Amino acid sequence: MSAPSAPKKIERGTITKKGIAADHPTWCPGCGDFAVLAAFFKTLEKLQFPQEKIVTLAGIGCSSRFPYFVNTHGGHFIHGRSLPFATGVSLGRDDLHVFVFGGDGDGFSIGGNHLDHAGRKNIRLTYVIMDNFVYGLTKMQTSPTSPQGFKSKTDPMGAIDRPTNPMRKLLSSGATFVGRTHATQIKHMMAMYERAINHDGFSVVECLSECVEFYKGAFDAAIPRKGGAFEVIDEEEHDVTNMASALALAEEEWPGKFGVYYQKKEPTKNELEQANIEKARIKSKGASDLDLLKATFAAMK
Amino acid sequence: MSSDVSPSPPRSEELVHDAVIRLAGNSQDGIQSIGGFLARLAGRSAQEVMTYMTIPATISGGPSIFQVRMGSGEVLSAGDEADVLVAFYQHSYENHIDQLKDGGILLYDSDHVEPKEEDKKYLKVGVSIAALTVEALGGSAREKGKNLFTLGLLARIFRLDVEKLRGIFKDRFGGKSEDILRNANLAFDSGYSFPIDNVLDRYYSFQAPDESGPPQVTMDGNTAITLGLLTGGVRYGSGYPITPWSTIMEMLRAQLPKYGGLFVQAEDELAAVSIAIGFAYSGRLAITGSSGPGISLKQEALGWATMAEIPLVVINVQRGGPSTGLPTNVEQSDLLQAIYGSHGDCPRVVLAAQNVKDCFYTALEACKIAREYSVPVFVLSDMALASRIEAFDEPDLEALTVEPTLDLEDRPEGYKPYDLKRMTRHAPPGTWIEGGKFPQVTGLEHDETGHPSGNPEMHVKMMSKRRDKIKKLADSFPPSKIFGDQEGETLVVGWGSTWGPIRETVIRERSNGKAMGHLQIRHVNPLPNDLEAIFKRYENVVVVEMNDEGLYGYGQLATLLRAQTCNPAIRSLTKTDGLTFKIREIMKGVQEQTEQA
Ligand SMILES: Cc1ncc(C[n+]2csc(CCOP(=O)(O)OP(=O)(O)O)c2C)c(N)n1
Ligand code: SF4
Ligand SMILES: [Mg+2]
Repeated sequence: MSAPSAPKKIERGTITKKGIAADHPTWCPGCGDFAVLAAFFKTLEKLQFPQEKIVTLAGIGCSSRFPYFVNTHGGHFIHGRSLPFATGVSLGRDDLHVFVFGGDGDGFSIGGNHLDHAGRKNIRLTYVIMDNFVYGLTKMQTSPTSPQGFKSKTDPMGAIDRPTNPMRKLLSSGATFVGRTHATQIKHMMAMYERAINHDGFSVVECLSECVEFYKGAFDAAIPRKGGAFEVIDEEEHDVTNMASALALAEEEWPGKFGVYYQKKEPTKNELEQANIEKARIKSKGASDLDLLKATFAAMK
Repeated sequence: MSSDVSPSPPRSEELVHDAVIRLAGNSQDGIQSIGGFLARLAGRSAQEVMTYMTIPATISGGPSIFQVRMGSGEVLSAGDEADVLVAFYQHSYENHIDQLKDGGILLYDSDHVEPKEEDKKYLKVGVSIAALTVEALGGSAREKGKNLFTLGLLARIFRLDVEKLRGIFKDRFGGKSEDILRNANLAFDSGYSFPIDNVLDRYYSFQAPDESGPPQVTMDGNTAITLGLLTGGVRYGSGYPITPWSTIMEMLRAQLPKYGGLFVQAEDELAAVSIAIGFAYSGRLAITGSSGPGISLKQEALGWATMAEIPLVVINVQRGGPSTGLPTNVEQSDLLQAIYGSHGDCPRVVLAAQNVKDCFYTALEACKIAREYSVPVFVLSDMALASRIEAFDEPDLEALTVEPTLDLEDRPEGYKPYDLKRMTRHAPPGTWIEGGKFPQVTGLEHDETGHPSGNPEMHVKMMSKRRDKIKKLADSFPPSKIFGDQEGETLVVGWGSTWGPIRETVIRERSNGKAMGHLQIRHVNPLPNDLEAIFKRYENVVVVEMNDEGLYGYGQLATLLRAQTCNPAIRSLTKTDGLTFKIREIMKGVQEQTEQA
C-alpha cells in the first residue's frame, strides 16, 4: 500500500479530477482496473453529486481495493459481503449515493447468494463487478468465471467445472438494471455507469477487466485492436424491458454483446420500507418515541 | 355431571406466600395462554411472578408444559416442585407427578387420566375438563376453550380476582370478534362454577401484596430485550430466524417502522450482521442477533466491527449446543464464543442478563456502551429467559428513553478517526471533512487517519487502543454487589439466568445458618476489577453455570475467573441437562464442591 497522497484541499460543492482521486492505485501496471477507476472518476465529474454524499464500498480482492483510490467516504469490508454491507448503508441513509466494487470471486462465489437477495430486494445502489476470470489478490486460483481448461494453481490440469454465466446470474437475481461493458472501452464504460447510476434500483454492471498478471489475454476476443469484436447491443432491436430476450442475449457465444441487457423500473426496497414507515406513522399519529414506548408498556400492565 | 370426586365437607382457607402451578398437556391445548393470563394477573395485582415453559421442537404438537409461580414476596425461580399439577393426559400425569409436592393437588381430566389408586400423597381432583368445556360452549366437538375452563377451576382454588381476569380477557380478545370473548367467558365461568368445593380440603389465598409501588409490567425476556433496544435508541437491525431469537426480530420488524426505522430479514446470518454493520457505518445504532449457530456465522464480520471500531449490539439467545444441539432447551455454553469467537485478538464487550427485568436494562446498557465506546456489544440471554414471563416495576421511561441522532457535523481539517489519544468517533458518510480528505473505514490494520498500515509498531499501538478502551469500560463499573454474607465460608458466583435459583439457594442456606454470599456477574467482558479482592474474602468460591465442565473440570466462566484471579478456591458447578438449575441441585452441588476443597 502506498503512502497516503499529499493532502490536497478541496472545496465543498464541485467534484474535480484532482479532488476525487485519493491514493495512487496499488494495482499491477497494465491491470484493467485502472481504466475502471478512470471511467468512474469521469462519470462522477459529470454527475456532480455532493462529494460527501458519495460512498464507495467493497469486499476483498484486487478490485475491491477500489475505495482507497477514490476520495469519498469509503468502506473496505470483508470478502463476499459487500452487498449486504451496502444494503445496510443504502437502507439506513436514503440521501447517499452508494457504489459497490468487487471481483468475480467476491461477487459470484463467496458472495453469490447475497447477489441474489440484493437483486431480489431491489436495493438502491450501483454495483460494478470487475470480472477478470481469476482470483487476482490470492495469486491465480480458479474463479467461478474461469473458463473450462484454464490452468490455475488450483487447477493445474485445467479447470473442469462449468463457469458461471455472469449475465444469466445477474438477470435471474432480480436486478432491475443489468449491463455489461469492457475496461478497454472507456466511453462505453462511462455510458454504462451513468445509466446504471441514473437507474433507481439495484443496478449492476459486469465489466471485463483483464488481470495482466494471472490471466493475460483473457478478453482479447472482445478487443478489436487485438483482432476481436466489441459488439454493442442494438436497442432498436433489443427491448431492455424484455427478460426473455435479455436471457437470450446472455446465452450468446463468447464474447457476446455489450450494453444494457435489462432495465425495468420496479419499486425499490428503499421506497417500500419508507412507505411502511409512513403508514405506521399515520396510524400512530406521529407519536413521539417516548409516547410510543409508553403505550407499549401500558399494554404490558 | 361427570366427575369422580370423592365428596367431603368444605374446608378452611390457607393463606399462602406463593404457589407453583404446573400445567401439563400438549402444545395445542393453549396451556401457555393460561400461564400468560395468570402471569398478567399477578403483575396487575402487584404480585411477583415467574413462569417456565417447555415447548416441543416439533411444530405438530407434542407434550408441553407451562409452570407459573406467583406470590406476594420475591419470586426468584419457577419453583422446584409444584403445589398444583394440572394434567390433561395420561402422559402429562405420568411425566410430571414426581414434580408435585406431597400434599399438593393433582387436578386432572378424568376422561383422559387415570391416576394410580395407591397414590395417596396428593389430593386427587378429577374433572372431565374437555367434555365439560364442549358442553359449556354449546356442544361444538372442539375442545378449544378447555384452557379457560381450567383457569376457572384454578381461579376458584386460589380465590383469584375474577374481575381483573375478565379485564385481561377483554384486553386479549376484545379486539377480535365478540364471539371469541363471549366463548372465553363462558368456558371460564363454567370452570369457575364447577362444585370443586366438595372435594377440596382447603382454598388457597394469597397474602395481600403491597400495592403501593409503581405499576408492574408483565412480559417475557425476549420482549424485555426488544423494549430495551427500543428505549436505548436502536432503530435499525437485521437478522435471520432461529429459535429462540426469532421473536425479537419479529417484534422489531413490527415495531420499528413506527419509530421511523426498519428491520431487515436477511438471507442468512452472514448477511444479517453485514447489513447491521452497514446501518452502523451509515451512522445508525443497529442490532443483529441470533442463537449459537447463527452467531457462529456472524463472527468474521464482528471482527471487522472491532477492527473498524463500529458500534453494534449483538443479541445471543442461547440454546443447547453444539450444532443444532438441543434447540428448545436452555444452556449457557456460548460465553467463550461471545468473548473470543472471532479470529485474531478481537476485544469486545459481553453483558449477561440475569432475569426478565434485567433483559430490559441490559439491552439498554448495551446500546449506551456500543455508542460510547464504538465497539460491538454482546447481550447474552438464553432459552429460559426468552420465554418465561415475569412482572417487574415499570421502568422510568421519561428518564431512560434515548432519541437517536445522526451525527453529520462537519469534521475539522486533519480529522483523525482513529486518534490514539481519543475515543474513536466514527464519521458517517454525508459528513463533510474540512480540507476534503474523506476517511476509509477498513478491516485492514490502519493508522490514525484510517489509512491501511502494515507498520508493526502501528499494529501494536492500534491493538492497545482497541484493548484499552475495553479496560476503561471496566474502570467505569460500580463496585460489585454481593448479596448475603460479605465474607466467610462460601461465595456462589453465577452469570445470566442462574440468578434466581442461586439467590433462592443462598437465602435458604443462610437461614440454615451458613455464611454464604451471592455474586451474579452481569459484565462478563470486561469483568469487574474488584473480583480478585472479593474472592479472597471467602474460603470457597463456587461458580454455577449451565455448561460443560470441559477438559479441565471447569465451566466457561469458572475458567475465566481462575485465569483472571489465579485463585485456587474457585470451583465449578456445571450441568448440561437442558433444564434450569433447581434449588436442591445447587444446594447439593455447592455442598459437594466445598467439601472437596
Ligand atoms: C473469508 C475469506 N476467505 C478467503 C479470503 C482470501 N481471498 C481474498 S481475495 C480472494 C479472491 C479474490 O478474487 P476476486 O474476487 O475475483 O478479486 P480479484 O482479486 O480477482 O480482483 C480470496 C479468495 C478472504 N480474504 N476472506
Ligand atoms: S494481480 Fe491481476 S487483478 Fe490484481 S492488480 Fe495485478 S493485474 Fe490487476
Ligand atoms: Mg477476479
